[in-house]
Amino acid sequence: MDASAAIAVTDLRKTYGTTTALDGVSFEVGQGEFFGLLGPNGAGKTTTLEIVEGLRRPDSGQALMFGAPSWPPNPDLMRRIGVQSQTPAFFERLTAAEQIHAFAKLYRVPAVRADEMLAAVGLSDKARTRVEQLSGGQAQRLAIACALVHDPQLVFLDEPTAGLDPQARRNLWDLLRDINAAGRTVVLTTHYMDEAEALCHRVAIIDHGRILECGPPETLIQKADAVTRVIAQAALVDAGELRRRFPEATVTEDDTRIVIASPDPAPVLAELAARGALRDLVVKGATLEDAYLTLTGREYRA
Amino acid sequence: MNGLGTLSQILLRGYLRDKASLFFTLAFPLLFLVLLGGLFGGADTAPQVKVAVVGPVDVLDALTDGQRAQIGQVLAITRTTDLAAALDQVRSGDETAAIVQQGTQVQVHYSAADPSSAATVRSVVESLVQGANLAATGQPPRFTVSVTTVQDASVKQIQYLTPGILGWAIATGATFGAASTLVVWRQRRLTQRLALSPVGVPAVVGARILVSLGLALAQTLLFLGIAAAFFDLQLTGAWWLAIPLVLASTLAFLSVGLLAGATTRSVEAGNAVCNIVVIPMAFLSGSFVPLSFAPDWLQAASLVLPLRQFNEGVLDVLSRGGGIGDVVVPLAVLLGFAAVLTTVAVRLIRREAD
Ligand SMILES: Nc1ncnc2c1ncn2[C@@H]1O[C@H](COP(=O)(O)OP(=O)(O)O)[C@@H](O)[C@H]1O
Ligand SMILES: [Mg+2]
Repeated sequence: MDASAAIAVTDLRKTYGTTTALDGVSFEVGQGEFFGLLGPNGAGKTTTLEIVEGLRRPDSGQALMFGAPSWPPNPDLMRRIGVQSQTPAFFERLTAAEQIHAFAKLYRVPAVRADEMLAAVGLSDKARTRVEQLSGGQAQRLAIACALVHDPQLVFLDEPTAGLDPQARRNLWDLLRDINAAGRTVVLTTHYMDEAEALCHRVAIIDHGRILECGPPETLIQKADAVTRVIAQAALVDAGELRRRFPEATVTEDDTRIVIASPDPAPVLAELAARGALRDLVVKGATLEDAYLTLTGREYRA
Repeated sequence: MNGLGTLSQILLRGYLRDKASLFFTLAFPLLFLVLLGGLFGGADTAPQVKVAVVGPVDVLDALTDGQRAQIGQVLAITRTTDLAAALDQVRSGDETAAIVQQGTQVQVHYSAADPSSAATVRSVVESLVQGANLAATGQPPRFTVSVTTVQDASVKQIQYLTPGILGWAIATGATFGAASTLVVWRQRRLTQRLALSPVGVPAVVGARILVSLGLALAQTLLFLGIAAAFFDLQLTGAWWLAIPLVLASTLAFLSVGLLAGATTRSVEAGNAVCNIVVIPMAFLSGSFVPLSFAPDWLQAASLVLPLRQFNEGVLDVLSRGGGIGDVVVPLAVLLGFAAVLTTVAVRLIRREAD
């Protein structure tokens, strides 16, 4: 095991009554890494995070942060980590500024640091707004600011972009990249493929309490031997003919489009060019979603 | 500022910004106090029991002026000679009882509508008759009874109302406070979040207790102050013993709220459970109406309720001239009650936590 790892998790198991939440989870996160736990709802992401943070005790297995066990709770470790929970943990009826100043006081951090963090997440103009009145994206930003107020080395973010509109999501992505670029190790859970692909250095795909695959998104995609999708206009070519010509490809069609999913797109493109069917042609590279499908043989249930 | 102070400040601020909480813990009970205090409170409306005395009644006629004045604290006597008219007045509720002497028998006619006042009349007349019988034997009395034995019934309404309404307000504040903090903070995973901060969970619990105790003391000050200033509430000797009772009952009510919060998932459900507990408890503890209407078994059973213990204890020290001896049992019951319910609630919360 790498002693310099920010997190080292071995064979975590956890059951709630008859539900098996974690069924032998192991992974490592290096210092400075942006690590993603990707999986559908109920996969065991939050349980994994809470065990690593030291909030829950695993039935068996062990989680280490900076080489020290997470359980029993360890005040020295707590000071080095920042946590944003799935639902923003806010005190009732406080303003955004009061909220982050409260956390600054609890962590014995100077008040100016609270104001700086509020500015860093772009919420200075919402300082006097009650937390209940913040939009979803603003609330997540404030929660992240509260998690960062004591300048932790390791940050846990549990589905920070769930329920946000696309614009707010992109804005938050920029913020998360900055946090990582500042030298912090970030562990993020998400059920969005594109998010994991866009942000994470390495991703662990988790479902039913097991890690199915772990590695950099590109490697997972390659390893899965994932396909490229070529999308042509249905009016210009005949789907049946393409199926005969490229038996290794999966060809699907609807009224307007034909999708040719093939591990080797070059001959497909040559064929389409020869038939003069390049108008409005779209080529999509393999995504983590394809990798997920191939790896697990399962429909993705987001 | 340390974690306890910071969290207490946060809770207090949240409370002061919550209009519903302010209304139900301060404004609403205060409104009750002012309304009922205004109706029954004034100094002149001491709740003497009205009786009509028909014709000559030896035991009453033979009283000295001093004895007459003493009985006058309890009974407002009207003299008449018309038995039929007096009985009509008893029936219509204008008089509580009619007293008439037939030969050597003193007869008390009363209506069943107001048994506690009737009991007062009976006990006064019985004591007078026994005194007269004793005097007739020519023996010096071996025991003497003073009329203060029936003083309980003569406690002025405001002396009774104030502790009752105060207890109800404290019960509301502490149960709802504990339940909503527990439910909301668990729902928002704030408790878990704070468990990972340097302050830890004990500071959270401590802050909740501190703020609730503070609120209960503020309620006490406000209610006693207003009742004393405007409605002639008398704070007799050891009234300050009400303060330990206030603090201990706050702990008991916090434990009720903790249990309500531990067994529910949403704020609405938590509040509903608190309502279902607090309002019946207030009636069964005699907070609004004296318990004398209730059957004996119910009066005995209600002694396990923290609010009943509070009411009895505070009435003793505030209005019946009680002392330390009168608060020991209520304090012990209140603290025991808090300990038992807290243990149960903590078990429930723990079981779920991991
Ligand atoms: N406190 C709990 N009590 C009982 N079951 C739970 C509890 N927390 C989580 N679970 C169950 O454990 C499984 C994993 O949950 P979780 O870790 O929250 O998944 P995710 O965060 O990936 O959505 C789910 O089946 C969930 O229903
Ligand atoms: Mg989750």
